[in-house]
Formats: sequence, C-alpha cells, structure tokens
Amino acid sequence: MGTSTSPSALAHVGAVRVEQVACSHCGLPVPEGFLEQGSATQFCCAGCRTAFAILRDHGLDQYYAFADRRTSPVRATGRTYEEFDHEAFSTLYVTRTAEGLARVELFLEGVHCASCVWLVERVPLLLPGVARAELNIARSLAAIEWDDGSVKLSAVARALESLGYPPHPYLGVRRDEVRRREDRTAIQRIGVAGAIAVNVMLAAIAMYAGWLSNGMESQYEQFFRWVSLGLTIPAIVFPGRVFFAGAWAALRTRALHLDLPIAIALSAGVVRGTINTITDSGPVYFDGVTVLIFLLLVGRYLQQRGQRAATDASELLYSLTPQGARVVDEAGAVRELPAAALLPGMILDVRAGDTIAADGVVTEGRSAVNLSLLTGESRPVTVEPGAAVWAGTLNISAPVRVRIDRAGEESRVAKLLRQVEESTRRRAPVVVLANRMAGWFVAVVLVLAVITYLVGARHDPSAALDNAIALLVVTCPCALAMATPLAVTVATGRAARRGLFIKGGDAIEALSRPGILLLDKTGTITEARVSLVRWDGPEWVKPLVLALEQESTHPLADGFRRAFAEFVPAPAVESSTHVTGGGIVGRVDGHDVVVGSPSFVSSRARVDTAATDAHAPDDSLSPVWVAVDGALVARAFLGDPVRADAKASIQALRAAGWSVRILSGDAPSVVRAVGRALGLTPEECQGGATPEEKLRVVESFKGTHRVVMVGDGVNDAAAIAAATVGIGVHGGAEASLATADIFLTTPGLAPLVELMQGAERTMRVIRRNIAFSLAYNVVGAWLAIAGLINPVAAAIMMPLSSLTVVLGSWYGSTFERTPISPNAAAPATAAAVASAS
Amino acid sequence: MSILYLVLPLALVIVGAAVVAFSWAARRGQFDDLETPALRMLHDDDDRAGTSRPAPPTGDSTP
Repeated sequence: MGTSTSPSALAHVGAVRVEQVACSHCGLPVPEGFLEQGSATQFCCAGCRTAFAILRDHGLDQYYAFADRRTSPVRATGRTYEEFDHEAFSTLYVTRTAEGLARVELFLEGVHCASCVWLVERVPLLLPGVARAELNIARSLAAIEWDDGSVKLSAVARALESLGYPPHPYLGVRRDEVRRREDRTAIQRIGVAGAIAVNVMLAAIAMYAGWLSNGMESQYEQFFRWVSLGLTIPAIVFPGRVFFAGAWAALRTRALHLDLPIAIALSAGVVRGTINTITDSGPVYFDGVTVLIFLLLVGRYLQQRGQRAATDASELLYSLTPQGARVVDEAGAVRELPAAALLPGMILDVRAGDTIAADGVVTEGRSAVNLSLLTGESRPVTVEPGAAVWAGTLNISAPVRVRIDRAGEESRVAKLLRQVEESTRRRAPVVVLANRMAGWFVAVVLVLAVITYLVGARHDPSAALDNAIALLVVTCPCALAMATPLAVTVATGRAARRGLFIKGGDAIEALSRPGILLLDKTGTITEARVSLVRWDGPEWVKPLVLALEQESTHPLADGFRRAFAEFVPAPAVESSTHVTGGGIVGRVDGHDVVVGSPSFVSSRARVDTAATDAHAPDDSLSPVWVAVDGALVARAFLGDPVRADAKASIQALRAAGWSVRILSGDAPSVVRAVGRALGLTPEECQGGATPEEKLRVVESFKGTHRVVMVGDGVNDAAAIAAATVGIGVHGGAEASLATADIFLTTPGLAPLVELMQGAERTMRVIRRNIAFSLAYNVVGAWLAIAGLINPVAAAIMMPLSSLTVVLGSWYGSTFERTPISPNAAAPATAAAVASAS
Repeated sequence: MSILYLVLPLALVIVGAAVVAFSWAARRGQFDDLETPALRMLHDDDDRAGTSRPAPPTGDSTP
C-alpha cells in the first residue's frame, strides 16, 4: 500500500473521500482531524508520530524498507515506569550477567514481525548505556542488558513504549528457567540418541549386506556386534533412561502407563541382542532399539513444544495484569510501586474504585468494600479505621489508607488463586477415558505379546521374539495418549488468540453438546451503562436538560451527559433544586425547567391529555419528562441498551439446541422486557435474583442438565463457580476471572457462539484422533503377530502414528486461526489498566 | 579389511567429539530461540547511529 501524499489527493480530503491517506508509520488510514495540509508525512496518532521522529532522528529510516511492518497504531500509555527502578522489582526480575551488566526479560505488547525485531534490537543505539536488546519473536520477550550505573530501566521501558511496544515485567521468569533447563536436556538427549542411532544403523547395514551376499567373515561380524552393543549401552543409560524411569514409576503406582510397553520392548531387544552377541549367533536388535529411542524422544519433544506454544498465549495475559500499587512514603508523598515490592508495615493509598493490593488494616477513612472475590458476598461491607481488608477486594465509595499486614504470596487472594490454578489442572473426563483406554490397551498388548512369543517359540524362538518385540513396539499407544491433550491444547491456544481464554479441557467437552445456558443481564446482554435510547422533543430543549443534569449524581444523569455532549458548554444554571425520588427543578437561561419522572413533572406542569401515555416503548426503559415554562415539551427514555450482537447470537445458540435463559438481579419487569426484545418467553427470564438465588437456580438445574452460567463477575461469582461451566465476560470483575472456567476478553455475545462451535469442532477432532490411533494399532498388531514386520519397521511405524495425531490436532478445524499476536489480549489489558488507575 | 579395527574406532571418536560439541552448545543455550535468528539475518549491519539515509520513507514510491 502506498502513502498518497500528493497535493491532489490532499485537496480532495474533506470534500470527497477520493483516497484514504495512510499513516507514514503504521500504514493505517489517518483520521481526517489529524491530516496536516501540505506535509509529506501523515500520522494516525501521536504515538506513531513520536515513533517516526525517533527513527528519523537516529538514522533508523531503514525500518521503513521492511515489507512487513506493524499495522497497528502505536499505543502510548504515558506511564513513567518508575516502578521498574525499585529494588523489589530488581530482586524479582533482574539478574546479573558475567560482564557485570543488569539483565531483565520484558514482555512486549504489539510484537509481530521482522521489523519489530529490528526495531527493538536498535534500542542500544537510542540509549547509551544499554548494551544489548534481543527479542524472541515467538514469545514477545525482549532480553535487555544494560549498565544500571549509567541508565535506568525506566528510561529503557519508556523508549520501548515510544517505539510502540509497551513493556511489562514477565512473571514467568522463574518457570522459564526451569523450562529452559528441561529443553536443553531434551535436546541433548535427542542429539546423543540420534548420533548413536545413526552409527548403530551403519553397523547394522554392514551386517545386513553381509547376510544378503555370500556372508561376512565371522570375526568382522562379531566386531560389528560388539561395537553396536558398546554404542547401545550409553543410549539406554542416558537418553533411554527416561522410558525406564516412567515405566518404573508406573509399576510402583500400579498403573499401566505408556512407558511400560516401551521399556519392555527396549529391554527385550537389548537382552536378546546381548545374548546373541555373546553367543555369536542370530540377529542383534540394537539398531531397532537405538532408532526407537531417538524417534520417541523427537516425538515427545515436538509434542511438548506444541503444547507450550499453545499455553503461552493465555499465560501471557497474566503478565499484562496491572502489578502496581500506590504507597505513601515517609514524607507523605504517594508513589507507584510494583505489587511485588509491597512489604508489611507500608501504608497503601487506596482510591475509590481501586482494588486493594494487600491484606491489612484500615488506618484512615471510611468506605464500603466489596468482598465478593473472597467471600462471594455481593453486598458491600462498611469499613472504618481498625477494620481488616484483604487484597483483591474492591474499594467502592471513598479513599482509604491501609497498613499492610500480608502482601504478595501470603495474602488470602494469592492462596485462593493458587487453588484456582490447581483446579484448572483438572482433566477432561474424555482425557481420563483415553487414559483408561490406554491402560486396557497396554494390558491387552502385553498379553498378546506373551501369546505371540509362546506360540511362535515352538517353531522358531528368535523369529517369535522378533514378532513379540515388533508387536510391543508398533502398538505403543503414544498416539492414543496424545490424541486428547494435544487437540485440547492446540484448541485452547487458538481460542486464546481469539480472546477466548479456556482454563481447562473439561470445559471444552461440556460445551460441545447443548445444555442450559444462563445469561446474566447487566453487562452481559446489555452494555451496563445508562444511555439515552429515545428522545421525543425539540432540539432546543437538550442544552437546558444538560445544564440541570451536569451536576447531578443520579445514575440517569450520566446518560444525558453522554448523549448531549455536543452541547457542552451548557447554558448557565441560575438556580436548581434536586428532589429525591422525583427530579430536578431549576431556572436555566431565563426558563423554568423541570426534569424528572412523569408523575413529578405532571404535578408541576401542564400536560396535554394526548401525551399522558406515560408508558415507555418498553419496560426496560425509564421515562424522563421535561417541562419548560410550565408546559411538557419533551419525553426522554433512558435505559441500559442491549448489545448489538445479542439477538443474533442468542438465536444462533438456540438454533444449535441450547436452552437460553436470563438470570439477573435486575427488576423482573426490566428483565422480561429485555427478554422479549431478544425473543425469549417470560418463563425464560428470571429477574430479581440475589447471588444466593442465582446459586440455587444453577444448583437446581445442575441435577439434570449441564449448566453454563455467563456473567460479569461480582454477583455472579458463586453461580459461575457452581455451574458445570462458568464463563466470565469482558470487563468483568476479577472475581469472575478467578472462578470462571472460561474468560472472554472480546465484548458482546458473539464470542459465546464462536466458543460453542469451536468446542464442538474440537471434540470432533479428538474423536477422530482416538479412532485413528486405535485403528492404526489394530492393523499394526495384526501385522506383527503375523510376522510381517520386523522390529525396525515397527520402530518406524510407531512414531509415525503419533505424528499423524499431532498433524490431525494441528490442522483440525477447531477455533479460527489467527496469527500470533499479543494484541489479542490488548482489550483485556486496557480494561485491566483502566480499572486499576 | 583389518583396517576396520583402526577406522571404526576413529570414526566413533569423531562422533563422540561431535556429540560433546552439540551438548556444549545446547547447554550454552544456542538452541533456546529457533525463530528470531532467521529474521535477524534480514537486517543490515551498518547500524552506526547518526548515519541518516536520505531516502524518505514513502512505502512504495509510485509517483
């Protein structure tokens, strides 16, 4: 795409849209208000302008030569990142290199292509003192090494942000260390096993060639055998040990594990081969054994990598959650600190609307605190100096100061989240089923192998052993065991990139067939804010209403303020009186204005009988009348509008067989009205439900059906936790995030439809995988028993079956594929940041 | 053919050296990130700060 900055194109902008002008930095269309006449460069936002200037000033224009550049505007948050310089941050995230530099890994938002790598790795040119910046594109992690004597990390963070990559401390640093060690060991094992397998194969080929021609001199054959044996022993001892360890663990726990048949096949091959080597007779199985070890290790490594790539996406969301808190220092100034830096004894400054960051005691201020995250209690609790508060609870009404008692991992909420984390490791019933099947499978295979050997041993013991070993190897149920976890893992990873965060495989299974779907109304079906839905009246009245509503604290006033924003500044209010439960009476711009409920206005102004049908177009809206100079002039209807995609989504879900119901705490008449708009019968709409009532409803349905509860948190938390599958929607409180099985970061109900369809498709892939691996194994077993394949062919066939399952899971259609981009989590981030600031 | 007694152990010594080298590289973390280096080779090396290129950034420069 080209930037059209020729004068002719610019001349038409504003009059007729001939052509969109593209941003010089990111290539997106530039909004009309940002266009600069006659300028050679145009930008879609201030962030892009800054990034462009930085690149230009440092001679990094080459960035624009890359074919694939960023195609999203630079999002500037304007943070100072001062918490990055705090020593608590250092102890958590910063390590030392051998050269004495500080080193940190930061998770960057907005990384997606080669040009990002180039740009991030040029940071040392922008900031003297930064020695190295290396970006791992697959995981959006930047490793920064800098001299902390000459430059602060906060400056590096600001530089990264100005280039369009807001940095976040990466929470998985420690786990990464463990993972890296595992990876390196796995790769070493593969390398050693591969080298040994190839060399044993060379010796084996020489021996096979000898048998096929007129024979090899026995001294040389013997030499090759001993060499193979000498090579095989280290292969068994180092890389092959994994399987024996697994088999031993299986035996100890009396479970039939997949490593068991593998270990038996390996031992049988090695023992028989060793005996043949010593007695100088018959075949040695060393080639098959070593190749099997190598291929199995490669298969496992690939499987592990695939699973990790999928889980990474959802784990990174945790890196994006705000990690700061406001702390009052000795001088009384308030500073932002990383949550990890909080220590017992510090004083927290908690504003209204903030989440409290640590367990402690209130020292100043009176407020209401919402404890729902911890207790499920939705009614706010009043706190005053001396009252205990806990991390994760929401301070609602007024600022308070809190002295910290327990922070970080010690807090109640951290313990709660650990439980949630453990419960997410639950395994889908189908996973258990596959494992149960695998257990039976192993038992059957072992019995068959013994029978094959005993029956064949009467004629030809070594051929019988060959067949038995081939049987053990070819029926290795790797594919069967991998079928489910792999499909689930790939699907959840893909869903996470679509903004659907699925915490456990069992949720996918439960959603794959229709059941009862309970929807919370406020915030789930509706937008959870008051808007002006309808206005019957002349334009000139609007500024008068705005003037009166400007200072009102009533929830409906907010709707007027948003709807009439164009009339700011509003005319001056000479006098006004608020009547609780009625409305506002005032004098604006020389007029007597009355705004309020129909009855309130009727009692204060002349109302034509024709206009007395005070009924709103539907029950979910609140009517507000406006009288000017004693006569009714306008009627407004305000309400919480239903989301645009709600009706179509609910119809799609019902068409798929779901029984959809609304379960809300709002007034029953309102809930019924919303339900009617969505095509639901009154029986399917339950209003006025307390959190306890919601929980009871979920429990009552749960006896007979699978129940899916969808809500935005606080008052739904208990019901969400109790449902078969709980879904927390966009913008919900952390409570729903903590208790829900699934968390949607995209607003609206359309993601629900996508979720159900994806779940159904995922189950189809799983069933296909299981069926395929069973069929494969039956055929393989029959070939082995019939003596049609030797152990080497079996060793090659076995990993191939696993590979087909891997490919089937990867290419099976589950959720829509989207390119890897951390931006998928951006809406959630924005919401999280907004709720934290 | 008795040369085999010399050549084969020699070959194994070379293989052993290769395995040791590979393990060393793996332990040093050379295989930690297998994706980014492929992109890094696209970048030119003349990255001295201040060498501004006169070419104005205009996507594809069609007049």
